[in-house]
Amino acid sequence: MSRQQGKYTNGDTQMSKSVTAIRGCVLAVVGVVLSGLPALAQAGFTDTINMPKGVTPISHHAYNLHMLILSICAVIGLVVFGAMFYSIVRHRKSVGHEAAQFHHSTKAEILWTIIPVFILVGMAIPATRAVIDIEDASDADVTIKVTGYQWKWRYQYQGTNLDFYSNLAQSSRDAINRGTNPAEVQHYLLDVDKPMVIPVNKKVRLLLTADDVIHAWWVPAFGMKRDAIPGFVNEMWIKASETGVYRGQCAELCGAFHGFMPIVVKVKSDADYKSWLAKQTAAPGG
Amino acid sequence: MSTEAHAHEEHHGHGPAPGIMRWVFTTNHKDIGTLYLMFSLLMFIVGGAMAMIIRAELFEPGLQLVHPDFFNQMTTMHALVMVFGAVMPAFVGFANWMVPMMIGAPDMALPRMNNWSFWILPFAFALLFSTLFMEGGAPAAGWTMYPPLVLQGGANVAFMIFSIHLLGISSVMGAINIIVTIYNMRAPKMTLLRMPLFVWTWFITAYLLVAVMPVFAGAVTMLLTDKFFGTSFFNAAGGGDPVLYQHVFWFFGHPEVYIMILPAFGIVSQIIPTFARKPLFGYESMVYATASIAFLSFIVWAHHMFTVGMPLGGELFFMYTTMLIAVPTGVKIFNWVSTMWRGSMTFETPMLFALAFLVLFTIGGFSGLMLGITPADFQYHDTYFVVAHFHYVLVTGAVFAIMAGVYFWLPKWTGNMYDEKLGKIHFWWSAISVNVLFFPQHFLGVAGMPRRIPDYAIQFADWNMVSSLGGFAFGLAQIFWLYIIFKTIRGGDKATDKVWDHAHGLEWVLSSPPAYHTYSTPPSEEQIEAQFHGH
Repeated sequence: MSRQQGKYTNGDTQMSKSVTAIRGCVLAVVGVVLSGLPALAQAGFTDTINMPKGVTPISHHAYNLHMLILSICAVIGLVVFGAMFYSIVRHRKSVGHEAAQFHHSTKAEILWTIIPVFILVGMAIPATRAVIDIEDASDADVTIKVTGYQWKWRYQYQGTNLDFYSNLAQSSRDAINRGTNPAEVQHYLLDVDKPMVIPVNKKVRLLLTADDVIHAWWVPAFGMKRDAIPGFVNEMWIKASETGVYRGQCAELCGAFHGFMPIVVKVKSDADYKSWLAKQTAAPGG
Repeated sequence: MSTEAHAHEEHHGHGPAPGIMRWVFTTNHKDIGTLYLMFSLLMFIVGGAMAMIIRAELFEPGLQLVHPDFFNQMTTMHALVMVFGAVMPAFVGFANWMVPMMIGAPDMALPRMNNWSFWILPFAFALLFSTLFMEGGAPAAGWTMYPPLVLQGGANVAFMIFSIHLLGISSVMGAINIIVTIYNMRAPKMTLLRMPLFVWTWFITAYLLVAVMPVFAGAVTMLLTDKFFGTSFFNAAGGGDPVLYQHVFWFFGHPEVYIMILPAFGIVSQIIPTFARKPLFGYESMVYATASIAFLSFIVWAHHMFTVGMPLGGELFFMYTTMLIAVPTGVKIFNWVSTMWRGSMTFETPMLFALAFLVLFTIGGFSGLMLGITPADFQYHDTYFVVAHFHYVLVTGAVFAIMAGVYFWLPKWTGNMYDEKLGKIHFWWSAISVNVLFFPQHFLGVAGMPRRIPDYAIQFADWNMVSSLGGFAFGLAQIFWLYIIFKTIRGGDKATDKVWDHAHGLEWVLSSPPAYHTYSTPPSEEQIEAQFHGH
């Protein structure tokens, strides 16, 4: 960059002093806010603004990469916006700054082309490892065929005769029809009549297809979604590390009631899962 | 728009025809530019009204206002209107007004084709809007129109496809006009590397349009034949594949979004040097970066499709190319900041919008990079995180650049200064409300809210309410903008030829407003040199 100095023609005026003061205040506020973030994270505030870590290796991949890229972007943003705001405050006509006339620098252009490439390579390496891991659905313990319909899901446990549909729960349907306040409905729009059940700490392979239009199966806590395409079979896997109830939704526009075909997965201990499965497959009609 | 100008420069003879037939038959680039801009403004309001319906329904959980199918019609039409009715025509309007003047040409190369390019648009949108009144309603499968869902539509499918055919013809004819004009009608001594960057960005955009609009036409024609003529391009039972559509659509669709942003880059590249009183930093680098972005835009399309079940190699390839496109984009951002750096800035309304573009488009770029990381995208895809991303790049990106350009060139077009105080109010009102509207959508997306749903679970309520309030405020701000624009057209302080203290470019040599026919005699080499601004 040219070594010309932009000149202030009338020294440090009253105006530029107060502008400097304002800048100092802004920086102080930003510092306080940033240092308060860890405390807020503890308090659960970040639950409302950040991705959940989830309970599977895939959700952890997604979360870690999300946080990595977000932090790198935040730093780059601070640098770029910092330079911009500094310039807006100091390099303005009203404080008497006169314009320099430099308008090229091959060295700068090379640097700010090469450095971002290195940063991107740094992101691409963990991302590549994650994609390879995520796309390996081999050696599953349980396989379930998932079929998307307008507007419900069907689960068929491979190797058994267990085959059932999973619809939006009646409580939500009633609320919609009667105009009830959603806040009074438990798990409004995220509850079903018959949830999927899987064992904890076992690799569960899902085979996804659809009967009519493209749907997509997604539980945020499991970190993965995949399209359910009529006439084709996709696969994905989940391995939940904690028991519990996890909720998700269809994630591909599939018609008027796309928002009304949720997914509920109960993750049970291996023993509980086996007894549930036995009861399901023993009972007449599955 | 220009008054019956007393041509105090070169021209004798024909002014505009009187009355309404002037606008029907005009072959004048300034008139056609005005037609495009006015049409775009109308479509912006219509599309904005649809967005207000969407945000009103999403204000609280529960279905209060519209049937879910109508909601899907609104999201679909909102996008089609904004993309093809507001943003693209606005940029074509800028191109028509400014490119001939900036290169010292008397008009576009093909003025009658230019007239047709515009007049196709009202017919195309009449076809599209007529579907709202048909049985089955307007298209409701999203602007992306994925089969098999889109084929479940009724009469609207055919009308939407014919509308798109017309829009494509309009765009391709317009693009050909731009390319031919720039190649053949530059004033002598206006070499390619002396053209303003706005002309360069439109030159490159025009090539993108010619390349991909026919692909879009192909995709929708295959939809048409699948629905009405028994083909099975996208039907597995007949040997086809719904995902084929997605590949063809997004091969068009990704360059399309760069078509919607490159002219914005051009506008911002005219404005920042003017108000920083400093030449654009790295002019050649900016040209190469724009060309790189255009080239790379052809090899990233499947990042819209990471969840369809692509082979591993495909997922990796498209992740890498998508990340790569951040490099030339970053170069442009750094060059704009370097243009500001050690300048002598003033902050009239065009500059305010241009600076807001710089910050907010960059934020949109960051979320774009995040979306390009395949494993993370498995969480973001089809959520409000995507909605936040593209609204940042399209609204605070493309639309803010359009607003900046309108404030920048309105005094040239009309001969009247807009009211600076009102302009600043419009800016701050828009800039604050647009962030209240779209920033929380990042949170909604990572919290798990899918897109294209009219009702949602309770945990999404708070941020949806905030977003809707921002939306209502942003919408009102644009009604205020309408007032400012029409007030300026009707009168105001008289603008000088140069308008802005440090404006450079051949358009600022002409009077404000310019004569109906300008540069029938090309500008002299001295004039071109004087406007060159040292790059």
